[in-house]
Amino acid sequence: MIENNFSNIKAGYRRRKYRWMMVTLFLGVLTLALCISLLLMGNTIYPISVVIRVLMGEQIQGASFAIGTLRLPRMLAGLLVGIAFGMAGSTFQTILRNPLASPDIIGVTVGSSVGAMVCILLLKMSGTTVSVVAVISGLIVAALIYMLSKVGKFSGGKLILIGIGIQAMLKAVISFLLLRAPQHDVPAAYRWLSGSLNGIQMVSIPKLFFVVIFFGLIIILLGRHLRILELGEQSAITLGVRTDLVRLLLILSSVVLIAYATAITGPISFVAFLAGPIASKLVGMGAPSEFPAGLVGAILVLGADLIGQFAFSTRFPVGVITGILGAPYLIILLIRTNRTGGAV
Amino acid sequence: MKLSKKLLLIIISFFSLALCVLASLAFGARFVSFNEVLNTLIHSRMTTINEIVVHERIPRTVFGIIAGGALGVSGALMQSITRNPIADPSILGVNTGATLFVVGGIAFLGINSPEEYIFLALIGAAITAVFVYGIGSMGPGGATPIKLALAGAAISAALSSLVSAIIMPREQVMNAVRFWQVGSISGATWEGIVTVLPFLIIGLLLGLIVTPALDALAMGDDIATGLGVRVGTVRLIGAMSGVLLCGAITALAGPIGFVGLMVPHTMRLICGPNLRWIVPMSALGGAILLTLSDVLGRLIGSPGELEVGIVTAFIGAPILIMIAIRAKGRTL
Amino acid sequence: MKRLKANHIVAGYDKKIIIDGIDITIPDNKISVIIGANACGKSTLLKTLARLIKPNSGELLLDGKKISEIPPKQLAQILGLLPQSPVVPEGITVADLVARGRFPYQSFLKGLSAKDYEAVEEALEIMGITDLANRCVDELSGGQRQRVWIAMALAQQTDILLLDEPTTYLDITYQVEILDLLTDLNRKRGTTIVMVLHDINLSARYADHIFALHKGKLVAQGAPSEIITEELIKKVFNLDCSVIKDPVSGSPFIVPKGRHHVKLNAS
Repeated sequence: MIENNFSNIKAGYRRRKYRWMMVTLFLGVLTLALCISLLLMGNTIYPISVVIRVLMGEQIQGASFAIGTLRLPRMLAGLLVGIAFGMAGSTFQTILRNPLASPDIIGVTVGSSVGAMVCILLLKMSGTTVSVVAVISGLIVAALIYMLSKVGKFSGGKLILIGIGIQAMLKAVISFLLLRAPQHDVPAAYRWLSGSLNGIQMVSIPKLFFVVIFFGLIIILLGRHLRILELGEQSAITLGVRTDLVRLLLILSSVVLIAYATAITGPISFVAFLAGPIASKLVGMGAPSEFPAGLVGAILVLGADLIGQFAFSTRFPVGVITGILGAPYLIILLIRTNRTGGAV
Repeated sequence: MKLSKKLLLIIISFFSLALCVLASLAFGARFVSFNEVLNTLIHSRMTTINEIVVHERIPRTVFGIIAGGALGVSGALMQSITRNPIADPSILGVNTGATLFVVGGIAFLGINSPEEYIFLALIGAAITAVFVYGIGSMGPGGATPIKLALAGAAISAALSSLVSAIIMPREQVMNAVRFWQVGSISGATWEGIVTVLPFLIIGLLLGLIVTPALDALAMGDDIATGLGVRVGTVRLIGAMSGVLLCGAITALAGPIGFVGLMVPHTMRLICGPNLRWIVPMSALGGAILLTLSDVLGRLIGSPGELEVGIVTAFIGAPILIMIAIRAKGRTL
Repeated sequence: MKRLKANHIVAGYDKKIIIDGIDITIPDNKISVIIGANACGKSTLLKTLARLIKPNSGELLLDGKKISEIPPKQLAQILGLLPQSPVVPEGITVADLVARGRFPYQSFLKGLSAKDYEAVEEALEIMGITDLANRCVDELSGGQRQRVWIAMALAQQTDILLLDEPTTYLDITYQVEILDLLTDLNRKRGTTIVMVLHDINLSARYADHIFALHKGKLVAQGAPSEIITEELIKKVFNLDCSVIKDPVSGSPFIVPKGRHHVKLNAS
């Protein structure tokens, strides 16, 4: 009888692990499929054989430009930025123990946007300078929010409120910048503010790749610590986690991921917010969800871009599509969280 | 607070308001001395440039007082109804809702007159406020500060995407919207003021009617019911009043945030928890704050101006942060 | 040598001092209970022992070494705590939650080892919740949930276990059940247990050693039969009472004397 129960427990573990692996595999395959679609589709639809040949380095007239120069960087950016937003958002939500506490709601994303906007509209800069400034301003704002929330006793609730306050202030700044900008700059600025994969060049990709891999890896490696942090400050300390250090590393990595990604594509709404909850539901609660969240983020961005490019007569930037898809889900989640008394 | 102190406060407030009015008429791209301002007002001449400038600033100043007062009262009511020290109408996403309806109206219904804008903005503000409050108060604890703030921020983000989706293919609308996104009282005209006045008056009356009952409500639903207060009705009327006041101002001026947050909170610290004092004092305080912010904006932004919505955001956000820092965990 | 010692601890929150210079040595392999009125510092003392609160002055020693100098994971293998209000992540199963207690033993990248599985299974069995292993924690009743949390602390396989009011929100049935289970643990495995309990009578029954706190100072310690007297209760709780012998266990039993219903002149 006891052996039966013990094997029950082991069977439970195996089942949950199996589910995690299957789901992650499925997400990976879906991501790959979307990546390939983005390379195939466009004004001219190229067959997969041509795509492969171009990727191998062959120079084919028309195709090399379309695929290599236009679509490939766009797809890679979408993939990497989606992973970045997904992982960072999921980490934030876990640390703050609230699915609504996403970096794009508590001011972190806006922090990067302000820096980028200042560069683009006021200083008329572009490219790497914008990225660097955006990362720095994102980090500064996040640091400000974090430090302010540690005055007195740290509480997730304080951080959220302070984040919302700073977000309001920075949004006013952005509105102000938009107001003062010359009219011909405005459409481009709005498009950037909605999050767009337009005009991304191959030269920005390698750096993006390294940032995402490096900081993403930190988050994945600290996954077990994150699971313990979930149990509350007291339990975490008791189990031997260096809570302040781990929290700092995780938040830092998440902020860098978000800031850098925002610098490249602008703030793509709701990806950071949606990826975590979707991934958790798929792999099962209690299982590590950071990496699957990254994949979900990539799927959202790539999928939304496909829709934005080809589904309507106007081309919509990817951020608008994720916004429209995300909005109803956001509201449903809000209702559900409030109804069950979401922990803060 | 003793009666004598309260009288003193009222006198000081009126005096400050008068000063602010003078300042508002005096400062700007062109400075007009106080003396000249008084002369112009008393004798109502329109001959010299300075006198013309003063006359042009009158509607703006008048609207500043009305708007500040309305926002102050709206904030006081909302804070009382939601029992929530950070309930500011702008945190409830009212602005984005108004924007959405206006933009939708322009894009899909082809409206283009100011009255129609104002009407749509008002409806948008009302529906959004109801939505945010409804969702924010679901579940245990009712409308706690965090739940309300998150509901407002999240819904604001959601509606904002819809706005982007609508304006993206429509450049003219895009251009018009960006002017509207920043709260400003510079475009105030007598026609505009007259259009929203009825809503403001209704809103104010409703607010004054429920103020005594709201005082009882502050002690808790159960206690208030025990005292004979119709909790649901009072809350509804109070909320309608708050939304009317805030929505009407937003419809005309665009989003001006934080006045409804800062002023009632300060008045509560000075006058105590009695709403019968807080509401009128918030009206006065709001008028002073907004007029002063507008003057500040003109001074800082000279020779142009810094819109009042920006100034209040920069003053208000740090105050919100201070409130959050000081608050004890459980009250959030 | 006694393992857990606190020398002249002064501690509190936000500049407010709650414990003012307490020297305490926890007896090994025994069940100790800290009693006292509300806000006398019992919870603060326990949290300081559990190194959740850093003392303003004084030192905390484990096996002669300062606790602050012991690496966290190593400390977590010796000293465990059941917090007063632990957080349950949504949707987690009992087995997964209890398994998280193995964190101090897990090396960086490896998953759960055979030893870890054994520890989890043992913990579940001791708490009698093996059949709940694959259920979701948030579906369980209060008593069951408390058993899950204790199981997680057990899976940690510590020599010393601290518990902050483990029975406060439970029905009386569960209170007695949990205290019995903890006694099993102490008698069978020799785990040193330190609890904060607010029920004096249950404390007197289950404790081998009692620490009585009053306004941040230790005013008495010893076996219940020796130190639970009417004078002590008056001092610590400001309560007039009669101390009799518990008819079930023989330990001291406090019968409070209020203003009404005082019939016999018991002494």
